[in-house]
This record gives sequence, C-alpha cells and structure tokens, in this order.
Amino acid sequence: MADKFSEHESILLKNGVIVGGKRSPVDILIEKGTVKEIGSVTNLSKITHTVDLEGAYVSPGWADVHVHLREPGREDEETIMSGSDAAMAGGFTAVCCMPNTDPPLDSEDMITSVKERANGHLVELFPLGTVSKERKGEELAEIGNMVDAGAVGFSDDGDPVENEELMRIALEYSKMFGVPIVNHSEVKSLAKGGIMNEGAVSARLGIPGIPSHAEDIMVARDIRLAELTDGRLHVPHISSKETIELVRRAKSKGLAVTCEVTPHHLSLTDSNFEKFDAAYKMNPPLRTIDVVEALRAALADGTIDCIASDHAPHSPEENEADLLDAPFGLVGLETAFGVCVVNLLDTKILKLEELVEKLSTAPRKIYNLPSAEIKVGENANMTFFDTTTEWKVDSSQFHSQSRNTPFEGMTLKGKVLGVVNGNKIYSAD
Amino acid sequence: MATLSDRHLLGLEGVPHKDIRLILDTAFTFREILDRPIPKVPTLQGQTVLNFFYESSTRTRISFELAEKRLSADSINFSKSSSSASKGETLRDTIRTIEAMKIDTIVIRHSAPGSAKLMTGFVDSNIINAGDGAHEHPTQGLLDMMTLEEHLKSLKGLKVAILGDIKHSRVARSNIHGLKTMGAEVMICGPSTLLPYEAEALGVHVSTDLNEALEFADVLNILRIQLERQTGGLFPSLREYRKFFGITMKRLKQNKKKYTIMHPGPLNRGVEIDADVADSEHSVILNQVLNGVAVRMAVLVLLSETHNKRKKKTDG
Repeated sequence: MADKFSEHESILLKNGVIVGGKRSPVDILIEKGTVKEIGSVTNLSKITHTVDLEGAYVSPGWADVHVHLREPGREDEETIMSGSDAAMAGGFTAVCCMPNTDPPLDSEDMITSVKERANGHLVELFPLGTVSKERKGEELAEIGNMVDAGAVGFSDDGDPVENEELMRIALEYSKMFGVPIVNHSEVKSLAKGGIMNEGAVSARLGIPGIPSHAEDIMVARDIRLAELTDGRLHVPHISSKETIELVRRAKSKGLAVTCEVTPHHLSLTDSNFEKFDAAYKMNPPLRTIDVVEALRAALADGTIDCIASDHAPHSPEENEADLLDAPFGLVGLETAFGVCVVNLLDTKILKLEELVEKLSTAPRKIYNLPSAEIKVGENANMTFFDTTTEWKVDSSQFHSQSRNTPFEGMTLKGKVLGVVNGNKIYSAD
Repeated sequence: MATLSDRHLLGLEGVPHKDIRLILDTAFTFREILDRPIPKVPTLQGQTVLNFFYESSTRTRISFELAEKRLSADSINFSKSSSSASKGETLRDTIRTIEAMKIDTIVIRHSAPGSAKLMTGFVDSNIINAGDGAHEHPTQGLLDMMTLEEHLKSLKGLKVAILGDIKHSRVARSNIHGLKTMGAEVMICGPSTLLPYEAEALGVHVSTDLNEALEFADVLNILRIQLERQTGGLFPSLREYRKFFGITMKRLKQNKKKYTIMHPGPLNRGVEIDADVADSEHSVILNQVLNGVAVRMAVLVLLSETHNKRKKKTDG
C-alpha cells in the first residue's frame, strides 16, 4: 500500500479544532496511545511525531458498523487488511464486519481467527457472528461462545432469518449477552428476481422490481418479536418510509430497536437505472426521491441512529456482467464521508456535530464498542478531516481491492486527513 | 439518403418522430422489393451482420436473417446453446472476440434489460436490439406500426389496446413508446398481476376490464401469454384467463366495431386468441410477419448509412 500508518511513542497533533468543543484550534498530546494533554502543549522535548492539522477538525474516531470484508472466501475481492486500509482512508478507526463469508463466521474459532488476522492494524475489527449455524437459518449458532471470542452482534446478513421461531429465540437468547440481532430485512418471496426498486421507473424500463414492502413487512415482524422478547433489534440499511414509521413507533414504545442508513440511500435514486448500469444495483435497492428525503429527515430527527456503508466489494469480472447477472452492492468505505458532506451537511440536514455523532458515538453505542471520546486519560481514538475540499471519485485510487462504485467521477466534498488509534497514526498523502 | 439520429437501435423510447417516419417510409419501399420475382438487392453487399441470440428465438432470428440475405449482407448466427457462453465466458469477452472478426452490425437478443445498450460500450459495431428482457423490442414495435399504417393509413389519433401480459412484455413497451410518438392513443389491459406496478408511468390508459378496452380501441394488439406465467402463479389457470381476457368472435361482435387484430406470435389458439379470430378478415397477423422483414431491412440499411455518414464526417 502506498500510504500506511505508523507507530509512535508520543504524538503531537497541533492546531486541531475539536468538533463540539471550542472553535479555536488546540494541540493534543498523545503518549503511549493515551491522550495526555489537550490545549496548548508547551513541553515539546520528548515528542517523537508531530502533525500540524492547520485548523482541520478533530472528532472521535468513526465506526462503520456494516462492512463486508470477504475474508475468508473471496480474498480476490477484499481481505481484512485491504478492507481495514480502506476504512482507515475513509476516516474509520473501527469496523464491524458481517459474517456472511465463506465459510461463515458461525463459531468462536472463526471469530477468533478473523480477529487475529486484523491484529496490529490501526483499524479495530469487531466481527458479527451468524445467528444460525452455517448461516442456514435453522438452528441457533453458539452465540455465547462467539461473544466470548469477541463477536459484537449477530446476523445472517445477505439472507433474512425467515423462521419466526428462530428469530424469536435469537432475540431472547442474545439478551443475556447484551448484543443486538441484526436481521437482513427482506421477505424473499416478494423480492425474488428483483433488480431495482419497483415503481414508475421499473415499469418503464421493464426491469424486475423489489417493492419496499419486502423490507418493511419483515421489519414489522421483527419489531413485534422484539416486543415479545424484550430483545435488542438493530435494523440494517433501511430504505422504506414505512420502516421509518415502524422504528419510530417502536422507539416511542421504549423498545430496544435501532437502525442504520447507508450513504447511497441518502443520496441516489432509482432513476439512475435509466443508464442500465449495474453499478447502481443494490440490495435493498435505491428508491425514489421522496424516500431519500424521508430518510434524511428521519436521520435528523433521531429515528435513524447511525450511518453505515454496507461496503460490499465485488471483482471487476462480476461488474462487467449484465444487469441480471451482476451482483448487488458497492464499496462504500472511502466515499461515505464525502457523500455525507454533500448530501447532509451542504443541504443543512445535519450540523457537523450531528454528522459526527451518526458516524462515531451512535454506531459505537449500538454495538457497545469502546468509546472514542477525546478526553485526557482516554485511549486516543480520533479522525481528522475538513468539510470543504472538493475531490473527484477515482476508484483506481481506492485502498479497497474492489472498484464497484456508483460514485465514480462524481465530485464529493470533505477530505479525511487522517486517523489516530492508540499509538498508531495514519495521515493521508 | 437521409439518416437517423443514432447508429444503434436500442429501443423506441426517445426515438424522434422523424426517425420513425424515415424507417417506416424506407420499410414500405423494401416491402415492394419483397413482392418482386427476385426479392434481392445488393445494398449491403460486403457487410457482415451477426445475429447474436442469447435467448432462444425462431421468428425474430429468421426474420432478421432473411432481411440480411435480401440485402446481400453476409450473416452469421450465434446462439447461446452452441457457444462458449455456457463455459463461463463473459458477454463482453464473447462479443469482443466475435467483433475482432470485423462485424458491421450486431443484432442482439438477451434476457437482461439494457444488454443491447451495454453492448454499445464494448464494441464499435452498430447494435440492433432484438429484445432485451422485458425492456424493448423496437423492430417489433416498428413492424406493428408499419402494419397499422398499411392497413389503416395513419397512426395519428388511432386507438390501440395492448392486451395481456404487459408487465413482462418488451413488445408492449416498444409499441407504447412508438405509438405515442406517432400520435396514437394507447390503452393497456390485462389481469392486474400482469400489469406493471405504477403502470400509469408509461403514459397510457390502464384497465383490467376487457370490455373497457373493446369500447376504447380500434386496434387490438393481443400479446402471447407465456405459459410459465401461469405456472409462476400470476393467474390461476389458462381457462380463467381465456374467460376474462381471451379474444373470441363473440366478444369482437359485441360493440359492432370493426377491429384490426394483431398478435406478435406465436399464438396460443384458444387462450388469448381464438382460432377463428386469428384467421378472420380482421386479422393482420400474417402481414405483420412479412412487414417484419421489410422493417428489419430498413433498419439495417439506415443504421449502416448513418454510421457511414458519421465516419465520413470524422475522416474528412
């Protein structure tokens, strides 16, 4: 990799503006991975590494709680290392990887092995385990053993837990360990064969559609089961207005229900299919502009807890396929922030502090990840960035091994300048 | 010779009135040639056309092949079953390999919507869409319009009802776009499970009542019911389909109107159309078949002219 992180006994970040703090730049001194001083650092004698942030923002380190790293199984598309590099370049110091690898992460050995492979990287890896053994949707996997090995949540992502009884048991059992169940919300018989959102555009183009009801019917069921069990339910990548209403009602009832939204569902619509370009093929599919607006509003009012990319790498061979054969998904780690700045900050949907919360504090809370508070005595875990630099997406520059992005050539805004985690620091360029 | 706005024919949506006019006029002149004792002209001598059929087809492929032979082009056929496509080669690699053999025009049929358009990014040949999933089948739309002009003189103000499985029909979509551009009014009518969700987006009248369609229309374009739709559970039985949507003589007589009956074929006699309707004086089904060859000749020639004219421009 062209640029890498480095380790230092002591790190001095000069002239950073802490998001949510005072507007004037401060210096942050990190010693042996711990924040030692915030303010004006004067004793410069022992400092081994200094970065001048020149007034850039500093925030708690971001966490992307929905990524697919493809290892083990499809190392041609992504590895834990290349995915971690992509996360780092995208401003994330932590990622939660989905267990639908080949073989799936359905045992403590698999969780341990994945955690070990991520060891030593700046980006911390928090795997999810499968809900069911072999991800078959039949029998409950060893959730307790996987929690002990480091799993932070459970999901058969890629496929829904279709069986109601299994879903109920999963929600009930996982309660003991305080971890969420994340169900890929899709009624398969309704989504079957679909490529894009079912609506006016699919009617015209003759492309098989997926109604948003395929999502929200499953969410309705899961929320009822969360109510029955008092379990913790996290709804991934929501894309339906009705899902927003269901989650809103669940929260007002006091249920332990949270949800996330992807940058692409906050920015793109199904009209992109006019180009018949497989780069827009996502599951759940891109919806209409009124859904995009509703998702933005729900993010602002707190119904949607956090932003997660659903980073899903695919080999170029797969992306040369026609619309029917092409796989679903996009690589999102390195464009997430730029897409958010253009679609959420510039549009004044969110304030900067709110955006940072949706990328950092909120997702960490859902999965009980270590806090990344910028505070003396705490582990140093932060992201530095600006919100003004414009840049053009060029997938050939991605740290990810894959190139499948619908944002290619698009001008985004906001540059990630680097991240710190403990004694490790990465600076872009 | 006049030329078209594009050197590919990917669909009829967005194709300007003057282009459709030119194709239809040219097709009528070729139609005269087809009636000659030796129905062959040297127009495309030395050109090579590839019929690239990824999905099985008999009628469309034969019609294109015949059009190519009538124009003295060299044609070669590719079908999925006889190819390395089944050996895991991507569409792109297959088509590039073939194009390296100097192909002027590629006629493509494929099950994926947008596959003809995808092809334009891979190769330099002119591309003719011969059906891409449920998206479009532009030469079918054109031959249907030609047949209507031949029979009823003008498309303007004509009321056409397209009946049956609209949701999965590329024929319906090409007809809708073409007919609207040429000033006709269109109604789609079929079981609600075979109409697209938000069908109004197509800019047509939508009905699930055959009587409404019969009242509205001068022309009935009856689509073939794909038997797999019934096995897929979208309607309960062929018997029930026939009862509510089958075109029978009795139905045709109920409004004392003189309908023109079309069908893209192949027919399911006794399901969507009765034998006596298909063979009646109202039916122009066989004219459609002959006009299909003329329209495809016109498209092949016009795209080639359009390509040549552009090349001359860039060379000069």
